[in-house]
Amino acid sequence: MINLTIDGKNVTVPRGTMLLEACRLAGADIPTLCYDPELKLAGSCRMCVVEVEGRRTLAASCVTPAEEGMVVQTESEEVVEARKVILELLLARHRLDCHVCEKDGNCRLQDYCYRYGVKDSRFKGEEPHFYKDDPNPFIERDYDKCIMCTKCVRACAEITGAFAINLKNRGHEVVISTAFDGGLKDSTCVFCGQCVMVCPVGALVSKVEKGRGRDYQTEKVRTICSYCGTGCTLELKVLNDQVVGVNSVRDERLSPVNRGALCVKGRFGWDFVNSKERLTQPLVRKDGELVPVSWDEALDYTASRLKEIKERWGAGSMAVFTSARTTNEENYLAQKLARAVIGTNNVDHCARL
Amino acid sequence: MKGEKRIILEYADKINPEKAEDYIKVGGYKGLEKARRMKPKKIIEEVKKSNLRGRGGAGFNTGMKWSFIPENAPIKYVVCNLDEGEPGTYKDRIICEKNAQALLEGMAICATAIGAEKGYIYCRGEYPYIVKLLNNAIKSAKEIGALEDFDIEVRMGAGAYVCGEETALIESIEGQRGEPRFKPPFPGVEGLWGMPTVVNNVETFACLPYILVNGAEWFASIGAPNYPGTKILTLTGDINNPTYFEVPTDYLLSDVIYELGGGIKSGRELKAVQVGGSSGAFIPKKNIDTPIDFDSMTKIGASLGSGAVFVLDETRDIVDIATRIAKFFKHESCGKCNPCREGTFRMYEMMTRINKGLGKPEDIENILVLSRVMQKASLCGLGQAAPIPIETSIKHFKSDYMAKLN
Repeated sequence: MINLTIDGKNVTVPRGTMLLEACRLAGADIPTLCYDPELKLAGSCRMCVVEVEGRRTLAASCVTPAEEGMVVQTESEEVVEARKVILELLLARHRLDCHVCEKDGNCRLQDYCYRYGVKDSRFKGEEPHFYKDDPNPFIERDYDKCIMCTKCVRACAEITGAFAINLKNRGHEVVISTAFDGGLKDSTCVFCGQCVMVCPVGALVSKVEKGRGRDYQTEKVRTICSYCGTGCTLELKVLNDQVVGVNSVRDERLSPVNRGALCVKGRFGWDFVNSKERLTQPLVRKDGELVPVSWDEALDYTASRLKEIKERWGAGSMAVFTSARTTNEENYLAQKLARAVIGTNNVDHCARL
Repeated sequence: MKGEKRIILEYADKINPEKAEDYIKVGGYKGLEKARRMKPKKIIEEVKKSNLRGRGGAGFNTGMKWSFIPENAPIKYVVCNLDEGEPGTYKDRIICEKNAQALLEGMAICATAIGAEKGYIYCRGEYPYIVKLLNNAIKSAKEIGALEDFDIEVRMGAGAYVCGEETALIESIEGQRGEPRFKPPFPGVEGLWGMPTVVNNVETFACLPYILVNGAEWFASIGAPNYPGTKILTLTGDINNPTYFEVPTDYLLSDVIYELGGGIKSGRELKAVQVGGSSGAFIPKKNIDTPIDFDSMTKIGASLGSGAVFVLDETRDIVDIATRIAKFFKHESCGKCNPCREGTFRMYEMMTRINKGLGKPEDIENILVLSRVMQKASLCGLGQAAPIPIETSIKHFKSDYMAKLN
């Protein structure tokens, strides 16, 4: 174990603990932009810098291991000055349109500017010119708001394994790009939207959710994705009784299956919930027309037809196909129905195709 | 030349750097032979005792660096930094052109000390003919068996200044984007392809054969005690002899300019001198009676760096020069960390404004604030050093700036 002093408090942490973690244990709220506990460390945003006594430079706490006897200040004058200047530098390349931004109220840059009272930038000059027009139905790439934390690049590589995006150019001209700077649909992108999930600002937003309600306006309903049997946890954003978006739940305890990761369907394909064409009650075809009926009538009709077929052609004439969109339990019940009630072993499942 | 002390360059232009036989005739590969008879730990002790400090610019004790390599690691690498990106620096090229075999021998001595079987030379992209020269030199040394099983591969950079930073250099050899890694872990623990790696400058490696042959005490007694040995300096700018010199490290900067350098061109007065390349501080005339060694330079707020000496006469517009330097760093910032990526860009914008006569007093204030934060909060040496020439030019030549303000 290692003993160190953080903001005057003595803290004991296991060897290998990074200062960021140690500072948080000591009750310090360290701002971070590029840090994500599930991604490889970048150490590049420099917002998490702290002052370590005896060191020439400020230490990025996310990549600095705690050492025995360290004396750390998390909000010293130098630290605050550095964070303010970094925020000002970011503001100078960030198109400030919080009033129409999807991430308003849920944006790290906004939060930290508020925290450190950074109203404007002393370093304004050339305006941002990084917007990437990308005609795809899911992800908007407004790099005029990008703060170059590279979380999207890392999430794409490390969570999804798609390696669709990386950095292009150098210095101030660095932008996130696909190979040959094309659209996402011409890259290895699978539109899982993990990049949208990790973006701390409004640079990557869901086109499907755009304009339908800001995060703070919506009620959150945690549920399981209905698309397949994997059982990914997601959080519905509900406004006026309508689903207007989907959030990732990254807490492993709440989302043990997917830890926030989703696929294109779960993240962007939820709009069917609001469709008027959805089946909301049972229909039975009568004289060539589908007619709404009660559940009792529908079930009685189905049971009687199954019985008729079995009597006339035998149980072997029937088969049950089930779907990956239902749960394991539902699939179990379906095969049980096939074997025990209908009396056939003709059971199959779309996942086998 | 009088005042010089040539160790690495003693046989410059008298031997063919590509031919190992030539080098052996003047005593070459004796240091390596000696090292091979020594226990690895003893070699490291000897290098430590010589107090040889890194000649690339950081001035870290070489033996100490080697001692961080874990003995039991299965694979270790020796990497030579020949990126030589600092404008005005050409000493590593000179060493290769005059005495390439000493570099190879130095790398082999290091490999013997740390137990490495493979070395890489990372050569500046603008030096394609040096790549050829080195490959011929390696071939020649291999043919006569001087390097035994130690293999050296020459890799070429693509013109990025940041790849002179050791971890960005490693990334580049690995085929990645040239961006620095955060440290720790240091290359000595986790370097090339995740293996313990020694990265040293060309000049550092080239000192080693002479240390091994003549002994640590001999080396430690040359020049400044805290930074012993010789240093190859490269002169550029308004100087009568814009060439290279090898001097003992206690040699005075004023003598570099007025003795070896032959004084300022056209009999003009000196305005300032920048030591260590574009990332170095501007030194006003009043501070030049200082020895060039690492610690003495640090004491006057400057740095020896790579040993480039850029001389400006009294007619030079320092604001214009600082603006050009700002442009250089804007271009060379890799873009990984916020303070450097945006800082170098905005610094150049503000400097351009001032240089064009459109600046306001608050521009100078803002430059100084930005400069402070870049030095304190940037990820690597590039961002930390980029504002130093600007800051020191304001410190020593404030009136030049004030005269240009709107």
